[in-house]
Amino acid sequence: MSTTRPRIRRLPLNAAAVITVVVCLFPVYWMVATAFRPTRDIQSDSPRLFPETWTLDHFRSAVGADGFGLFWRNSILVTLSAVLLALVIALGAAYAVARMRWKGRRQFMLMVFIAQMAPWESLIIPVYIISRDTDMLDRLPTLTLVYFMMTLPFTIVVLRGFIGTIPPELEESAQVDGCTRLGAFRRIAFPLLAPGLMATSLFGYITAWNEFTYANFLIIKQQDNRTLPVWLSSFHNVFGTDWGATMAASTLFAAPALVVFLLLQRHVTAGFAAGAVKG
Amino acid sequence: MARSRGIWPYVLIAPAVLGTLYLLVYPLVRAVVISLQDFGLRQLILGDARFVGFANYQTLLSDGHFWEVVRRTFLFMASNVVLIMALSTLVALMIERLGRFGRTAVLSALVLTWAMPVIAATTVFQWLFHSEFGIVNAVLTDLGFESFDRYPWLAHGPAAFAILVTLIVWQSVPFAAITLYSALTTVPAELYESARLDGASGPRIFRSITLPIIRPIFMLVLSLEVIWTFKAFVQIWVMTNGGPGDATTILPVYAVQTALSSQRYDLGSAASLVTVALMSGLLVFYFRQMFRQEDELA
Repeated sequence: MSTTRPRIRRLPLNAAAVITVVVCLFPVYWMVATAFRPTRDIQSDSPRLFPETWTLDHFRSAVGADGFGLFWRNSILVTLSAVLLALVIALGAAYAVARMRWKGRRQFMLMVFIAQMAPWESLIIPVYIISRDTDMLDRLPTLTLVYFMMTLPFTIVVLRGFIGTIPPELEESAQVDGCTRLGAFRRIAFPLLAPGLMATSLFGYITAWNEFTYANFLIIKQQDNRTLPVWLSSFHNVFGTDWGATMAASTLFAAPALVVFLLLQRHVTAGFAAGAVKG
Repeated sequence: MARSRGIWPYVLIAPAVLGTLYLLVYPLVRAVVISLQDFGLRQLILGDARFVGFANYQTLLSDGHFWEVVRRTFLFMASNVVLIMALSTLVALMIERLGRFGRTAVLSALVLTWAMPVIAATTVFQWLFHSEFGIVNAVLTDLGFESFDRYPWLAHGPAAFAILVTLIVWQSVPFAAITLYSALTTVPAELYESARLDGASGPRIFRSITLPIIRPIFMLVLSLEVIWTFKAFVQIWVMTNGGPGDATTILPVYAVQTALSSQRYDLGSAASLVTVALMSGLLVFYFRQMFRQEDELA
């Protein structure tokens, strides 16, 4: 239908597309561009669209800031362990739901669906008090457990969907050929599950990497256990008005997510849409 | 063999069930208990909280300030959701009509925006709207709006409110637009062709063909955006802390301020639970949609 339309009528459409792209990308561009320009350029009354001279100074002061490496390590540690934990536990549960008949299966899925809508913002007070009572305040494993629980329901729902699309006959024939049930699953179904595992671990990674509220209120006294989002939010208090360093820190923090999303764009849109629509 | 098969499913779901019980159900029960107690800093330290019935809810619901926050929460949610749904529908319709190059460009831009972490985006918006060196003020001043020279956005209630809405809409449109676009691609092309042969106008085609087919997904996205904007916290906490005054204090911010800053854990829990109750009302839509789809899958 687009080819029959006269060129002139497509003009507003293309203009709208350009505006959409600019509005979407400008804040991202401005973050990166500010990070690379010298301070006198940043503190000017008439900012230029493109930096005149480029500098890495701001990245140096961001990386050189107190605890930068430590907070990266904390974030990576918490994110990876939460995602792995969620994957392993969800894979078992998803397999039980997709492949086995048992009493309470429907009730279990109902619980998963309800858990997916958990009001995490409203649970910060009891979680804070429970952590304090059990001596888990200020500790990274607490964050790991919370992030694990935040991502678990979605992971179960998506993996169940993926396992459901793999014909059980494939595994059964492997079992006939002498594989155990576990061996058949590992050799036949597991490789076919790769896209599902990728979509869910991406979701878990984004959730845990970005989480701010729990990281902010559960890690208070042990400043060394803070994660990157909290560090970034406190950054310009530490650096005063050093917007160049703040934008460099933001760029470094956002880069992993931006790169991963761009690389996996196709899977991301398909996986997220499927996950959202299915539950 | 038969017996182990009977136990296996329960073994496999046990960790998920235990995790949910300890990390989700237990905190929820604790929240309810705390909201029925007299629980302040003293009780946090000594652990001698006593039950006071619904006194906290009474305090809360008879407080005019609390109702002001509730009203503001709904205003905030409605402004965001209306803008998000309108813009993302337009963007989705636009993507569908674009050529291959344009489509890829717009989709990539949306994905990049979507990938921007909340804290990073919030920090960037603080910088965009910086009173002295912010690009927004510079552009507005250049365009002849002299009053925006050094305009302190975050010092004015309505302006701070507007910036937060802009930020949340900017962050939310990508997901909504991409999901709606994927719904649009499921509309059979023959339907459009026959409608056009019948001489139907563009808006008419949208109303009579497109909308009914994408309605389930549209409602789903709508419900999700209602939930998400209703519990928006991070952006507000980091950018304005609920201020100036309490111009941007919505329910989740109010609950955290009451509990963790004023050490009134009881009132904060009660406010959180009122939020959950209000949200559950809004959730009815989402539930209905979900069960319908679950029945189709089963």
